[in-house]
Amino acid sequence: MISLKVNKKPYEVDADPNMPLLWVIRDIIGLTGTKFGCGVAQCGACVIHLNGEAVRSCVTKLSRAEHQEITTIEGLSNDNDHPLQVAWNEANVPQCGYCHSGQLMSAAVLLREKPKPTDQDIDDAMAGNICRCGTYLRIREAIHMAAELQSKKGGAK
Amino acid sequence: MAIILCTAGIMAFAFDTGGDPKINMPTAVGMKKDSVASVKAFAAVYKVLMSPRCLNCHPAGDVPFQGDDSHLHTMFPKRGIDGKGVLAMKCANCHQPENTPGLHTPPGNPNWHLPPANMKMVFEGKSPRQLAKQMVDPNQNGHKNMQQLIEHADDGLVLSGWNMGEGRTKPPLSHAAFKKAWITWITTGAYAPKK
Repeated sequence: MISLKVNKKPYEVDADPNMPLLWVIRDIIGLTGTKFGCGVAQCGACVIHLNGEAVRSCVTKLSRAEHQEITTIEGLSNDNDHPLQVAWNEANVPQCGYCHSGQLMSAAVLLREKPKPTDQDIDDAMAGNICRCGTYLRIREAIHMAAELQSKKGGAK
Repeated sequence: MAIILCTAGIMAFAFDTGGDPKINMPTAVGMKKDSVASVKAFAAVYKVLMSPRCLNCHPAGDVPFQGDDSHLHTMFPKRGIDGKGVLAMKCANCHQPENTPGLHTPPGNPNWHLPPANMKMVFEGKSPRQLAKQMVDPNQNGHKNMQQLIEHADDGLVLSGWNMGEGRTKPPLSHAAFKKAWITWITTGAYAPKK
């Protein structure tokens, strides 16, 4: 049995320690917001937070998450009111929406570490999240918008 | 006085440093200076260090290389200040403590990183002479003395160059052969080749 916390809730998972976290989260715990895109850490659709860092759950083993804190897209905020979620809605960012769980989780790390990101910071942080629909311009716009909202609210989440 | 001058002269010849006073003199290392053997051993060392498994994490720029053709690492992760990447693209975000199975997956090591920004330890574009001189300079080699340089051949990340997972060509020498050439190069005086 492997103990871990997901979105602040404790879980005891009976699975192979080598199982990718993505499948633990989706199939065992039942949180399907995190997506499978490539399975080889090259698209970013599977990004979650492991102790606050943006890891790729498709290649991260369950054993690495033992006794650690996982945050998925479902746990980014209590009420879909993270500045990024608000901005994503405001700027009408998603088209098909498949990549956006990963986009948001990566952007959340960016905004926490760089509350006023430049376009270069956005490139550096977000280059690993790819979008087949090409919503990149709106992703950039929404990140800038979220930074504004965040600074008005008084600090990073 | 003559003895002192002779000793100083011999010490100055110990390393082909171009008069660089920064090189650490060996203390515990069993040194038997032999410039011919030293330079010959470094030729083998150079071949390994400039092969993709080593070169890829010793770029001149701030983006590592990837693959047997040493193309720029896809998605352009950046070195960062400590060499561990930045923001949502830190090295350990994808590179796990061990290799991920399968082709085109990230190789792994618990300490995956590039050299830090203030000591980039660049291999890319270096001639054998330049690389040899850089490797023995504590201000450029991670502050290593000769003993630590010898031990570095068994460093975890160095060893992982020979175990990087499917689809990656190993360095041109075995680790044992590389280590032998490395120690030979150092213990025969760590001479830099002429070019």
